[in-house]
Amino acid sequence: MDATVKSHFIGKEDKAPAKPSFVLWRPSAKTGLMSWLTTVDHKKIGFLYGSFALFFFLVGGVEALLIRLQLMHPNNTLLTAQQYNTLFTMHGTTMIFLAVMPLGAAFFNFIMPLQIGARDVAFPRLNAFSLWTFVAGAIILNIGWFLPDGAPDAGWFGYAPLTSKLYNPTHATDFWILGLQLLGVASIAAALNFIVTIINLRAPGMTMMRLPVFTWMTLITSFLIILSFPAITIALVEVMFDRQFGTNFFEVSNGGMPILWQHLFWIFGHPEVYILILPAMGIVSEILPTFSRKPLFGYPIVVFSGASIGFLGFTVWSHHMFTTGMGTVATKAFALATMAIAVPTGVKIFNWIGTLWGGHLKMRTPMMFALGFIWMFMIGGFSGVMHSAAPADAQQQDSYFVVAHFHYVLIGGSIFALLGGIHYWFPLMFGRRVSEFWGKLSFWVIFTGFNITFFPMHFLGLNGMPRRTFTYDGNMGWSTANFIATIGALILGVGIAIYFSVVIYTYFKGEKAGEDTWDGRTLEWSIPSPVPEYNFAVIPTVHARDAFWYEKHHQDEIAKEKAEHHQAEASHGGIHMPFQSIYPLVASIGILIAAIGITAFDSNSAPGIHWKLGLALTGGTIMFLGIYLWALEGAEGYHLHLDDDGHDASSQPKH
Amino acid sequence: MTSQAATGAIDHHHDHTTSTGIPNKKLLMWAFLASDCMFFGTLISTHLIYRLHPPAGNPVPRQIFDIPLTSFSTFILLMSSLMMALAVNAIQKGNLKSMRFSLLTTILFGAIFLGCQVFEFNNFVFEHHMTITNSILGTTFFTLTGTHGTHVAIGVLWLGLMYVRSYKSATGEGLWLTTALHVVALVAAVLLSMKLVLSVVWGLQAHGFSGATLAGVASAQWLVIVGALIAYSALRWFARPAGPVQFDQSNAVDVESMGLYWHFVDIVWIVIFTAVYLLEYL
Repeated sequence: MDATVKSHFIGKEDKAPAKPSFVLWRPSAKTGLMSWLTTVDHKKIGFLYGSFALFFFLVGGVEALLIRLQLMHPNNTLLTAQQYNTLFTMHGTTMIFLAVMPLGAAFFNFIMPLQIGARDVAFPRLNAFSLWTFVAGAIILNIGWFLPDGAPDAGWFGYAPLTSKLYNPTHATDFWILGLQLLGVASIAAALNFIVTIINLRAPGMTMMRLPVFTWMTLITSFLIILSFPAITIALVEVMFDRQFGTNFFEVSNGGMPILWQHLFWIFGHPEVYILILPAMGIVSEILPTFSRKPLFGYPIVVFSGASIGFLGFTVWSHHMFTTGMGTVATKAFALATMAIAVPTGVKIFNWIGTLWGGHLKMRTPMMFALGFIWMFMIGGFSGVMHSAAPADAQQQDSYFVVAHFHYVLIGGSIFALLGGIHYWFPLMFGRRVSEFWGKLSFWVIFTGFNITFFPMHFLGLNGMPRRTFTYDGNMGWSTANFIATIGALILGVGIAIYFSVVIYTYFKGEKAGEDTWDGRTLEWSIPSPVPEYNFAVIPTVHARDAFWYEKHHQDEIAKEKAEHHQAEASHGGIHMPFQSIYPLVASIGILIAAIGITAFDSNSAPGIHWKLGLALTGGTIMFLGIYLWALEGAEGYHLHLDDDGHDASSQPKH
Repeated sequence: MTSQAATGAIDHHHDHTTSTGIPNKKLLMWAFLASDCMFFGTLISTHLIYRLHPPAGNPVPRQIFDIPLTSFSTFILLMSSLMMALAVNAIQKGNLKSMRFSLLTTILFGAIFLGCQVFEFNNFVFEHHMTITNSILGTTFFTLTGTHGTHVAIGVLWLGLMYVRSYKSATGEGLWLTTALHVVALVAAVLLSMKLVLSVVWGLQAHGFSGATLAGVASAQWLVIVGALIAYSALRWFARPAGPVQFDQSNAVDVESMGLYWHFVDIVWIVIFTAVYLLEYL
């Protein structure tokens, strides 16, 4: 604590600390590398999540471009079959787990606490742990690029028995297993944190049915994560035991059944697609009302259809497996459930159209992405409903039609909304605004490139081109469409390049944006930009849905209320802030070391077992120490006292 | 935190700083347990599915299971839940001494359950030749019950850490070393006792009950006995009356969250006992 008071942020120390503190080391850096490594601030963590996610988004994009270049011409030899397998495996895994999910998590972290009027998430250090464990998982997943074993190459779905030692003797698959396992730990820890935050840290008056829709979607997504990830965790444990310890879960000769993997994987995998799309729907539900200058049309319906999508998402997994021969009854049941899940999705589309209807539309860049989302996501949704007809699906299974479908929902859906969300909240996060011209240009290039790439794939699929084949013959009639798709992919790549160049330029040199740039409706726009570490100088009291809109129209009432609350809080010791901590990072490093040790295991363990076991145990010990010290240092913090200008007047340690 | 004594009793069922009145830690634990349900659900499903498709040469569960032993360990685990509930109740009333006693008995019962599992696994592997690799029943059985056993072991460790935590000195002198040694002593006491009891049981099984058997075990395990005695003495020494501690009614939510985990692990065992063991006798 003594170190902390030196920081100017906390101000002068008037009173001696009440008790000696028991921590080994209390980091206090507010700038520099240490401040990022030890941060517990949800905004910094959100920024780090976003930065890592965008980096991996570009990595996954390069992988996709290589895939498209290989398929540009028939019998192309740019890539070998082995390299192609590695690239489509890593492209899928990277985009889903290292790009779209963490980008969603970045928004959950940064925006959600601001929307509910909270000063941080419920467990700030657990939040840091989620971030660093995510990074550890990303490292293990990609470590194979730099090792002789190579990167994972068994597909992002890792179907058994393809992942067995027989077909994948190198450790590439082990990197995939352990990498996903760590990402699962990170996601579950983060989701638990968000659930508690949303349920327990709402500002006074912020009832559940006044929550902004993005926060609602965060809550639903978090529940999907904690309930669906265990299925893949156990499935990965089973395949890991098969590989490292010689068990029989998927070993046919000893009674194992590979079909079990498919069920467990898709029990996770289908909720996972809603984990990817629901945050996007939440973002769009924020952007549309702001730029239509109207409240969201049918708020309760949007919320409840989001919840029913989340619920139904657990009942449709076997539509990924219609061709495995599940039997008539199961096929029918899953076909019906799949048709049913289109209903709440369609309801949402109509609500968004209703929001636009009669609105005073402002065509800014975020709005362009949101409108693009609605249109493109609808196309993906239509081809999705087509898959629910099991006989038709039997024709489309594993063809480029499916590739077209899920890229329409994932790029046209998730990515469009996330890119729009970056533009939308950029002024709040960094106090600068992306130029409208360059923003719209990047949108149109991305939009054009995306459609040129993926629309022809519908035809390719219906003409029988299978997924995951590294080349095709010139006489199949697929050459032209493939060529067009590759050209489209290059245009899409240019669009993404423009997008990121503009965003990076804006970060350093962009036009300064004032507070509340878009004339927003939700609480995050009520605070200055860049957001102060304590978020809200005074915790707001919420009187209506679209809380900030209400504040704008009842300024006298709100000003009086805030003065009262400010006084009340000051008399209760001021604003409570959590101390920074290094231990979440220590625990994550321990997990990373242990996981690397485990990837090295073999079912015939004789050579090098000592260093492998040693590495795993060392990592485990570091993890345990990290968690133990984390618990022992306690959830302590310090107090800020703001004067009338919002500057910190004094501070006082707290136990 | 220390002012609660002056203001009177704490309302353990309502936390005015949260929107719902549920303490954050408790809500986190409930959400985690929902997630953990799915972990065990997946494992139990795996076992039940493979149970219906036994390949030729798969061990027959009824020839392997020892229902009286498992019933005994189930009963012990249920009783540990009772002690856990008493520990929560004690700390909610601020009765530190009673809480520590209840925590220690919970640890003891948890360790007995784990000892029974070690005995059972040992028996299955060496007497019935069912290993995790040689049959699908072994694969699903050991993975499922082993995962549950790991949960119990983590629970015992957690209980131990909470027990040691309750001695955290209010002045904070020598905290790091004392705490670390206290934890080591507790873990050593539990592990060495388990080792000793299992050795006695195996000795009795092999040579029957006689003074010679016990003397044989004692001479073979003298190092374990000495270690256990040292660990117990250390525990007794750490539990000596010392100055005021930083552990009171305000920590009840920590103990209660741990209790939620412990009860959950017990409930999962009831499901496993029914679906894995008893189902075979229908």
